[in-house]
Amino acid sequence: MTIFLSLIVGLALFFAIGISARAAFRTLAPDHQKPTFRDMPLTASFGIAIILVYVLVSLLGPVIAPFGEGEVVGAQYLPWAAPHYLGTDKLGRDMLTRLVYGARNTVGIAFATTILAFVVGSVLGIWAALVGGWVDNWMSRFVDALMAIPALIFSLLLLTIFGTSVLTLILVIAAVDATRVYRLARSVAQDIVVMDYIEAARLRGENNWRLIRREILPNAMAPLVAEFGLRFCFVFLAISALSFLGLGIKPPTADWGSMVRENATLIAFGDVTPLLPAGAIALLTVAVNFVVDWQLHRASGLKE
Amino acid sequence: MEKQVLLTIKGLQIEGRSGDAWHPIVKGVDLTLHKGEVLGLIGESGAGKSTLGLAAMGFARDGCRISGGTIDFDGIDLRQAPEAQRRGLRGKRIAYVAQSAAASFNPSHKLIDQYCEGPVVHGVMPRKNAESDAVELYRRMRLPNPEDIGFRYPHQVSGGQLQRAMTAMAMACRPDLIIFDEPTTALDVTTQIEVLAAIRDIVRQFGTAAIYITHDLAVVAQMADRIKVLLRGDEVEEADTRSMLAAPKQDYTKSLWAVRSFARAAQPQATGTPVVSVRNVTAGYGAVDVLKDISFDIHAGRTVAVVGESGSGKSTTARVITGLLSPRQGEVLMGGKPLPSSFKARSRDELRQCQMIYQMADTALNPKLRLRELIGRPAEMYLGLKGKALEARIRDLLTLIELEPDKYIDRFPGELSGGQKQRIGIARALAAEPQLIICDEVTSALDQIVQEGILKLLDRLQRELNLAFMFITHDLATVKSIADEVVVMQNGAVVERGPKAALFSAPQEAYTNLLLSSVPEMDPDWLNRLLAARGEHA
Repeated sequence: MTIFLSLIVGLALFFAIGISARAAFRTLAPDHQKPTFRDMPLTASFGIAIILVYVLVSLLGPVIAPFGEGEVVGAQYLPWAAPHYLGTDKLGRDMLTRLVYGARNTVGIAFATTILAFVVGSVLGIWAALVGGWVDNWMSRFVDALMAIPALIFSLLLLTIFGTSVLTLILVIAAVDATRVYRLARSVAQDIVVMDYIEAARLRGENNWRLIRREILPNAMAPLVAEFGLRFCFVFLAISALSFLGLGIKPPTADWGSMVRENATLIAFGDVTPLLPAGAIALLTVAVNFVVDWQLHRASGLKE
Repeated sequence: MEKQVLLTIKGLQIEGRSGDAWHPIVKGVDLTLHKGEVLGLIGESGAGKSTLGLAAMGFARDGCRISGGTIDFDGIDLRQAPEAQRRGLRGKRIAYVAQSAAASFNPSHKLIDQYCEGPVVHGVMPRKNAESDAVELYRRMRLPNPEDIGFRYPHQVSGGQLQRAMTAMAMACRPDLIIFDEPTTALDVTTQIEVLAAIRDIVRQFGTAAIYITHDLAVVAQMADRIKVLLRGDEVEEADTRSMLAAPKQDYTKSLWAVRSFARAAQPQATGTPVVSVRNVTAGYGAVDVLKDISFDIHAGRTVAVVGESGSGKSTTARVITGLLSPRQGEVLMGGKPLPSSFKARSRDELRQCQMIYQMADTALNPKLRLRELIGRPAEMYLGLKGKALEARIRDLLTLIELEPDKYIDRFPGELSGGQKQRIGIARALAAEPQLIICDEVTSALDQIVQEGILKLLDRLQRELNLAFMFITHDLATVKSIADEVVVMQNGAVVERGPKAALFSAPQEAYTNLLLSSVPEMDPDWLNRLLAARGEHA
């Protein structure tokens, strides 16, 4: 019965957020953008609304959070009651506070990592496809060699060498992910560089950077955007896996992935608290993919 | 002589879906076909020719539906008949020959296996008989080595042979009706003759009725007993071939007939330093020489047409001039000065002087850029135009190619028709203010009326801007209308070159003669006469 009820509440919330967000975008958008938002599917507006909420929470973290990030404020595993609306964790830190700070750390790192991986991977991949010859050969074989090493072991290796700060974490995961993006971008671009319009642009005397940016990238966007949605979710997994092994985000910094693990014992007692950070990750993942799907649909010009 | 009626189509309506709405493609066409008769369907692309042809099999493509009218094939109502019965007819009593044989054959099966599939599935004959029958038909289609050719894969035979093998396959069950959908459009003129003759003979020998769909009037004149002209899904007129050719009644038909009459005014012999001279160029890929000792000049304000069959090295010549392929020997001079052999070594101004227009405007225009940027980029890059001046230049160029600037400037290529896209290709070349424009088969993917528009536009631009054109084509009708000088190529060598008038009236070389005589003419007896003259056929 509860499951049924929460399902209805969830759906109602989805529609409420989706419809109201779409209405809001439509009124706020500048005139020439209005048609874009008018045709936006409900899923996309819901996704954007959720992402905006996450961004707000990350930016305003210290203001919203009722307590300090690593502050021990009460007994372990307190139930949901004021002032600890979502209870406390196994060290007695406020769960709500940790969730808010976790948004900052986890989402920030995941976005930074994915974007970095995509910029590096796709530019290099397209460049390799465009230039061809030995540049392409050497880069591709190098990437193949990197991809032959299991991702987790490779990141562990790099983190052990370069130490574990947030910055190295971002760089290492981005480096590992960029190899996958490189392969995708290269194979997509190989189909594009043989087109006559690329030949025309080359004959015009355009430099490689302009060819990559204006001639190839817009035509390679659709598969890259789709891959972005997927990669973004994998980065969460990578961060939590590394945190679990003690090489990711260091305690007491809040991180959703580690929060699930730390409080996992509570599940045995029928308490849903440890699932909250997991739910936060899931919701963001769904939201990002909704928006990605919409963009993909627009970019590829697909019609139902 | 009253012949038995085979196919009757009455008030046929076919609709196609775009988005949620249905648009009419064929708007109430009537058609009657007698046994053993060949009906030619002509019209521009989008006229509904192919759709009508497929409807004669009781078939509508994906996204299309037959919404009205009746199709009666030898007493069977194809609209009401159950799908199983229609499937039984297709391939057995009604066969279809598609435009691109290369795309229609399954590349991973041998020709003879694909031939035998129809007769065996329809239970007409067992596999053994089908195989010997295939050899017999291959022989009748005058394919080389009829005993062996069936055991090859589609990529191992040439395009013309493939098209003949496909016609043989259509004949496998001795159907009552064959639908030919532009079977020779993708072929060279010299190959086209062989295919046309083979198709016509086999249709006559077996007394098969045929619907012959094409946009080429001269071809249909050879093949059809009657011609039906279509325009945007409506019938314009129908008459037997001779009276239709002699006296078309409707204005639209007359305009179709008149298309080939465009001819550029004769120009005096050009003098002075040529814009581009190709000097003894030998070039190739890998160890193979594709071009052998090529030389010719292109003067300002003149059009040099480079003609030849596919594989004769026409496009490779263009690649040498543009610098995409470095010659092994010889050089390309521009205004008397040698050009660096690779485009990478050329200066921006040298690049600007030589622009190119491509055959397929679809792949030559970046689909993700607006016309503003497509046309504006060369102007911005070479001439340093910015802001208002650039905008004004783009608008000028759009006006020059007869497109309304306000309406089109912010469109994407996908929002244009084929002819309009080709015009954008022209505008992009003009934006660089070049001396030479290389046109690589620019009209071959277009309808004849649209072709004529493009040719007239090119001619006007040439006169106004004193441009030099190098016009690569396999279509001699185009050469006749636009060229000043002609260079005939075969197997990578220049066979003959000279002023158009001289070359067309008195060709010196046998190959030039063969090429010129292979161009279909509007005379229905042309093919007979030609074959008789060549002694291939009694």
